Amino acid sequence: MASRKEGSGAAGGGFGASKGKGKTAAAGDSAVKQVQIDGLVVLKIIKHYQEEGQGNEVVQGVLLGLVVDDRLEITNCFPFPQHTEDDADFDEVQYQMEMMRSLRHVNIDHLHVGWYQSTYYGSFVTRALLDSQFSYQHAIEESVVLIYDPIKTAQGSLSLKAYRLTPKLMEVCKEKDFSPEALKKANIAYENMFEEVPIVIKNSYLINVMLWELEKKSAVADRHELLSLASSNHLGKSLQLLMDRVDEMSQDIVKYNTYLRNVSKQQQQKHQYQQRRQQENIQRQSRGEPPLPEEDINKLFKPPQPPPRMESLLIAGQINTYCQNIKEFNAQNLGKLFMAQALQDYNN
Amino acid sequence: PPAAAPAAPAAPAPPPAAPLSAALSGPFPGGRVVRLHPVVLASIVDSFERRNEGAARVIGTLLGTVDKHSVEVTNCFSVPHNESEDEVAVDMEFAKNMYELHKKVSPNEIILGWYATGHDITEHSVLIHEYYSREAHNPIHLTVDTSLQNSRMSIKAYVSAPMGVPGKTMGVMFTPLTVKYVYYDTERIGVDLIMKTCFSPNRVIGLSSDLQQVGSASARIQDTLTMVLQYAEDVLSGKVAADNTVGRFLMDLINQVPKISPEDFETMLNSNINDLLMVTYLANLTQSQIALNEKLLSL
Repeated sequence: MASRKEGSGAAGGGFGASKGKGKTAAAGDSAVKQVQIDGLVVLKIIKHYQEEGQGNEVVQGVLLGLVVDDRLEITNCFPFPQHTEDDADFDEVQYQMEMMRSLRHVNIDHLHVGWYQSTYYGSFVTRALLDSQFSYQHAIEESVVLIYDPIKTAQGSLSLKAYRLTPKLMEVCKEKDFSPEALKKANIAYENMFEEVPIVIKNSYLINVMLWELEKKSAVADRHELLSLASSNHLGKSLQLLMDRVDEMSQDIVKYNTYLRNVSKQQQQKHQYQQRRQQENIQRQSRGEPPLPEEDINKLFKPPQPPPRMESLLIAGQINTYCQNIKEFNAQNLGKLFMAQALQDYNN
Repeated sequence: PPAAAPAAPAAPAPPPAAPLSAALSGPFPGGRVVRLHPVVLASIVDSFERRNEGAARVIGTLLGTVDKHSVEVTNCFSVPHNESEDEVAVDMEFAKNMYELHKKVSPNEIILGWYATGHDITEHSVLIHEYYSREAHNPIHLTVDTSLQNSRMSIKAYVSAPMGVPGKTMGVMFTPLTVKYVYYDTERIGVDLIMKTCFSPNRVIGLSSDLQQVGSASARIQDTLTMVLQYAEDVLSGKVAADNTVGRFLMDLINQVPKISPEDFETMLNSNINDLLMVTYLANLTQSQIALNEKLLSL
């Protein structure tokens, strides 16, 4: 859904210096060790989802900032309008260019450093995300994708994660070869697809002053959603999504198994054919006739197409994410339940 | 191309035909209260920090929504401008462009007014306010005092009202409005988190892990409970006069812990714990299953 940012290749040139630094690091290292986000960006992302995103539509936007040593600093962001059918002639690249040009006038960092996306219950490991992130990382080495989970945030604590593609996955995507052999060679498991980069939030002094002002003026209506014991709704939905994915995975496995079976059947057929050929040739020799020419076996038996493995990798990655989220959620709820028990015991 | 105009001493052209007085006394929706989101303030402070050299203040447009009950400011963007002793120039073309771009993302937001940093309303403000009256009906003017006069960052909002002797010297008066801060739920949580940077030495915080969050939430409740206990003891010992409403709230609080027989509670607790443990077990099982699958594929 996010467009390919070809125009930002120029911006990528600005990272020439830091790219050089990145290359001197060890071969398996990524260029970015930490992501530093301004408080303003957090607020903007929250607002964007709140106002424009309903249900399970994703909202997306662009992150602006700069790279300092091995830290990626994100200082501002702007949202991307959602695709609507009646806006067919809407030019995404033009919108972006204009936005960045205007922001440059008011001294906002206009360097592209990544993009953000909201997610529904943690389901963000999709082909679209992979493609977008690949094109971003290809153009700008240090870019990250920020995943914002509004539902988890509404439950009590901000859920914001930064991901990048591992260098191994970048290699595979560059080749565009997703057959089983290539993936085996690259030794990619679903855990090595994305790497998470730790996030810190930083504010300037003046923003801190403003936050103090806000604190004084606003009502202390603290919402302790975090300590609510009602968990079944959230858990039910997560499990539903997990089940769907597992179904998809099993279908994929069936497909792969049929492929393997076809391949082995074909091997057998080839073998039989060769044996028959040899026997015929021996018979002909004994009769004194010239042997039959060796026909190209491969033309007779076309090998079946190996199914692309990327889908199953993505599904496995998604299942893994779901499971992680569910376990985290459960751990919290267990803690809350034990607290409730302690309270009740004290009462009795 | 910025539109320049010499600064006349607070004597603009006579107010437009549409009766401003009616607009003010009548429907300023919500009873002269402006509802402000924190993201707007953060944006303003950020653009102030990035101002051009030599600029004493920055200005920009306020966007938001108006309905029968309230005026809500939800977004803003800064507009480049030049200000000197005798003239002020605002890049209105830029402002129009930015507004168009913003409309593509949030078609519901309209121009509500403008903001300026600094703690005074100057003569130039009057002119700029007039520019904005052409864009918005009865625009709001917001000042954010980044120069921290009186060691406070005062945030004030105004609307303009005509004043003076009709027919002779007319002027414009800025009447103050009350500013209320509103948050979405998620915004509240975001602001709470960002606020923590005030307490850390280099203004940097990380995001906490799952159990830590439960821990800090319960610590907060513990603190509030201690405060309430302290109050109750003060009332008992006569230090503070008893307040009936507070007493009733306390009564509600105590009664909120439900009275269930211990056996019932045990069953409830155990079934819940069993549910959670089962789901955790299933999740672990699924994870080992896909790991196994991965290994098998690479044979």
